[in-house]
Amino acid sequence: MRISGWAALLVLGWVAAFAALPDYPRVLPGRALSFPRDHGAHPEHRTEWWYVTGWLETNSGEPLGFQVTFFRSKPDIGQGNPSRFAPDQLLFAHAALSDPRIGYLIHEQRSARAGFGLAEAEQRDTDVHIDDWSLKRGTDDHYQISIKGRELQFELTLVPTQPILLQGDAGYSRKGPLASEASYYYSQPHLEVSGTESHDGHSRSVKGRAWIDHEWSSTMLAKEAVGWDWVGINLDDGGALTAFRIRDSAGRALWTHASRRRGDGTKVAIAANAVNLVPIRRWRSPRTGARYPVVMHVAVGDLSFDLVPLQDDQELDARTSTGNVYWEGAVTAVGGSKALGRGYMELTGYFRPLRL
Amino acid sequence: MKPLQSMVSTMLLGEVRAHPARNAIAVIAIAIGVAMGYAVHLINDAATGEFSRTVRSLMGNADLEIRGTAAGFSEAVYPLVARLPGVEAASPSVVVEARLPDRVEPLNIIGIDVFRAAIVQPALIGRPEAQAAGALPFLENNAIFLSPSAMDWLGAKPGDPLLVQVGLEVRTLWIKGTLAATGASQRLGVMDIGAAQWLFSRVGTLQRIDLSLRPGTNEVEFRSRLSRLLPVGVDVGTPTETVRRSSDLSRAYRVNLTVLALVALFTGAFLVFSNQALAVIRRRGQFGLLRVLGLKRSELLRFILAEATLQGVLGAALGLGLGYLVASATLAWAGGDLGAGYFKGVVPSIHVDVEAALFFGLLGLACAVLGSLAPAVEAVRAPPARALRAGDEEAAMQGMQTIVPGFVAIALAIALSFLPAAGGLPIAGYLAIALLLTGGISLMPRLARIIFGRLPGTPNIPLHLAATQLTGAPGRAAIGLAGILASFSLMVAMAIMVASFRTSLDQWLDVALPADLYLRAGTPGDSAYFSLNDQRLISLTPGVLRAEYQRSIPLSLDPDRPPVTLIGRSLDAANPGSRIALVGAARRPLANEAPPIWVSEAMVDLYGYSLGSQVLLPLAGKRIAFTVSGIWRDYARQHGTIVIDRQDFTRITGDANANEAALWLLPGSGQAATEKLLRQRLPNGDHVEYYSPGEIRERSLKIFDRSFAVTYLLEAVAIVIGLAGIVVSFGGQALLRSREFGMLRHIGVSRRQVGAMLALEGALLALLGVVAGLILGGAVALILIRVVNPQSFHWTMDLHFPWQLISAVALVLVAASAVTAAWAGRRAMGSEAVRAVREDW
Repeated sequence: MRISGWAALLVLGWVAAFAALPDYPRVLPGRALSFPRDHGAHPEHRTEWWYVTGWLETNSGEPLGFQVTFFRSKPDIGQGNPSRFAPDQLLFAHAALSDPRIGYLIHEQRSARAGFGLAEAEQRDTDVHIDDWSLKRGTDDHYQISIKGRELQFELTLVPTQPILLQGDAGYSRKGPLASEASYYYSQPHLEVSGTESHDGHSRSVKGRAWIDHEWSSTMLAKEAVGWDWVGINLDDGGALTAFRIRDSAGRALWTHASRRRGDGTKVAIAANAVNLVPIRRWRSPRTGARYPVVMHVAVGDLSFDLVPLQDDQELDARTSTGNVYWEGAVTAVGGSKALGRGYMELTGYFRPLRL
Repeated sequence: MKPLQSMVSTMLLGEVRAHPARNAIAVIAIAIGVAMGYAVHLINDAATGEFSRTVRSLMGNADLEIRGTAAGFSEAVYPLVARLPGVEAASPSVVVEARLPDRVEPLNIIGIDVFRAAIVQPALIGRPEAQAAGALPFLENNAIFLSPSAMDWLGAKPGDPLLVQVGLEVRTLWIKGTLAATGASQRLGVMDIGAAQWLFSRVGTLQRIDLSLRPGTNEVEFRSRLSRLLPVGVDVGTPTETVRRSSDLSRAYRVNLTVLALVALFTGAFLVFSNQALAVIRRRGQFGLLRVLGLKRSELLRFILAEATLQGVLGAALGLGLGYLVASATLAWAGGDLGAGYFKGVVPSIHVDVEAALFFGLLGLACAVLGSLAPAVEAVRAPPARALRAGDEEAAMQGMQTIVPGFVAIALAIALSFLPAAGGLPIAGYLAIALLLTGGISLMPRLARIIFGRLPGTPNIPLHLAATQLTGAPGRAAIGLAGILASFSLMVAMAIMVASFRTSLDQWLDVALPADLYLRAGTPGDSAYFSLNDQRLISLTPGVLRAEYQRSIPLSLDPDRPPVTLIGRSLDAANPGSRIALVGAARRPLANEAPPIWVSEAMVDLYGYSLGSQVLLPLAGKRIAFTVSGIWRDYARQHGTIVIDRQDFTRITGDANANEAALWLLPGSGQAATEKLLRQRLPNGDHVEYYSPGEIRERSLKIFDRSFAVTYLLEAVAIVIGLAGIVVSFGGQALLRSREFGMLRHIGVSRRQVGAMLALEGALLALLGVVAGLILGGAVALILIRVVNPQSFHWTMDLHFPWQLISAVALVLVAASAVTAAWAGRRAMGSEAVRAVREDW
């Protein structure tokens, strides 16, 4: 449930056309995911993303939040065109960094049609790139991230410390009241990060902990949805928690879901009505006037904590490029007065309802 | 000194007040010259300026542009270029001149990768119109964005369909929005690159890649690395280079127009000279008086020059205003290319150019001042006491009798006419013409004295008087003579040049149009063509005896020159002269040599091709050897044309489509009937253009006449100025000679006889001017035809004299001079003439 890829599509004025199209493979329960094939791209599906978020720490102990996303889309055009430029596969990439000393998001993006070896998403394993921006999974299971923006550069290695976490029902993840509103979805929490990060004219070596989501689908959202709140937390005890709610225009939850895996690998079953996200404090963006619930109380089953942002301003104002505005930021889960874990929260549809 | 100065002013103003028409003509002549020069400059500036803005907006942030010709280059180059170190972003594009059914001009369509163009050329990203845009307006197969001027041109709005022709098929695109940021006047459409490749059968090829480089990239080093990657025939340029190249295209044409304007200015200066010369002579007595009263020489000089300055300022101001009006009207009527087709698809608007206005204004002023300088200096030099005496006027003309400078100028002119072009411009040729004219004119006073001095005696009183007058006061006559000579020789030169060109073109069309019916799919290079299947349909149409097809493509041989045209057509190697207008002999191709090509004269001038030489042409990404087997004359294209046999063309390029077809019909099958059949048989046969050779001839000559419209205008101006010169000259002389007329009347010569004398004087003078003008004009025409034209346009022509026109104008000029002279003298013959005599004695 990640927005920036969707945002990239919004620029193409496409969101209105979310009805199921017969040409796209449907997302059905019971399809067993198989790896490493399912690490790779699924070009027949309409949309797909590889979404990396995490916390970094510099040598001097300063915390940073980072996000790197690669997004693939198969628009409903260009099929049958013999041209190698036919826009039948589009790729987008976003990179963002939260540095409390700067106080706002540093953000860059790339977009391209797939082809000519300049921008490709491989099928056999995670290996996607646009020019010199890339995300690649090696045979040793390590992910390599290379982002070469003008203001922001990442060279990071991500090493899994836990098995793959299949979301929903063995990777079939419902997103709405209809069975068709679903995606294939797995995560890799607790990735150990090392490498270098550059912004602000300085290069720093960093270490940290990240989370990768890989999700693909052809139809996902209910028509009434205007936005969503999503959170993914690497708990300090080795556990991993995912929770989201999809909101309608009245702010009610159209659909909620949460998954929790303990440090020992056991899954905790959570009923849909046992997921609660309650805004505690809102922050008003001076740029857009949007009010985001940057401090959120989360109650999932027997877990209960507040989400405290690394910095209030983690708004991504991409109106000049992708045309969308949302909040995507590093958060700490605080239970009582104790930090329980760290992760990322995404808040969409607060500036303007998504035209869904 | 105050009273003296006011007296001078009064005299000067009095002069203007007394002869308003004469002064007005001088002012108008200056104005016409300034107006022409300024208008040509404004029009050209508007066109090139608009073109340069267009280039810049199309290239956007690009540092370099990789550009192939319409045939394009392999898209395999794109990833290689995009990966070169130093490349920030590479934006590939397909450029198509899309043929629109029922429109003469094609629409430029650029197929872009919106994601790459967003970085390199953001101006090419359209603004989708909400209602019309639909789902993915930038990527859809049939979506197009139009520039505002393309919208205006087509009368279209977002949401409308746009029909384009591919081959003979018609396809529909939908207008999704506006290209807001492009140069507002460019007619342009933008669509997706993949869609464009598919729609226009360009899969696998590109026409351009625009590059933006990373800061700090060494451009020289980068370009050398880049050029190693590019196939032959693909050029690299910066935006500045692209603008310069496009401006070079029209330079020769532009310079020629400006020279014509300068000629008008020159004529104007001459008119000022003759007017001032006479005015100064007439007022010799007054000036003498002023000098006696204590006016200093320098002051007198200043006052006379002030008079000319006033004329110059008035003329320049009038000319600048007129020039602006002419330029606006021309742009509105004919577009920015002055009918010559250099700036297709650009609709410029005029901007007042202060610098140019100053330049042309000062030029006009300078002409006026220079024109009056010699008479003024003469007037100042005259000893005041002698100037006060009657009959001294002729003395003022003594200085004009020297002949050495004239001969030197003519000798120099002859030498200059053998020099080659400088920087692609016939500068030496123009200088030669200017020297020839000034030299010829300066020899006239002496020539007049010699010729009129030899006139045999005659009992006819008016003739005798006229001859005596012309012999006795040749200096006076010389002024009118020079006016006639200058204008008539210019007129003759232009008439001979235009007639030679037009006749040569006419003869050329005979060779170029041997068939009975011509079919054209579209302008060469646009998206319409006859496919092999269409060609088969045409050849097999009942009534068609034989069909020949040709394919024209642009070919870039030198990045600093406009592309040459390569024409693949069926040509009998044994007899190429049956289809192309050979200059000199053709060469029979030998079995063991490279395939033959036949090249236009421009290829010889510009690229040094010669008969029998072997040359390499970049075709299909390779260099291929050919043998130059003939040189021919091509009036249709001035940048160079190469004809290659159609079979060789298809074999090398793999392109079997054709732009044009020439049909020979069976006896008895009418042109109209065959055309009707073809319209039915061909897919969208109504979108094909059908021409009889007669129509093409008519159209070509019409285009020719339009291109030379400015020349015709100048011819007319020259003649009017010439006649005006006679009015000024004789009008001035007649007043000057009122004492003489009084005397003649006094001794019993009748009014009629004096009138006849004046008419004869005018006629004799004009006759000499016309004969001399014919010789001088012929010489100038020779330089125009043999030097200026080949050096500017790289084509030769045969010499033809428009005898009828020239003799008619000559007759009119002589008759008009006679009438003018008699008419101008009438006032001086009035009753006050007798008083004038009395007063003087």
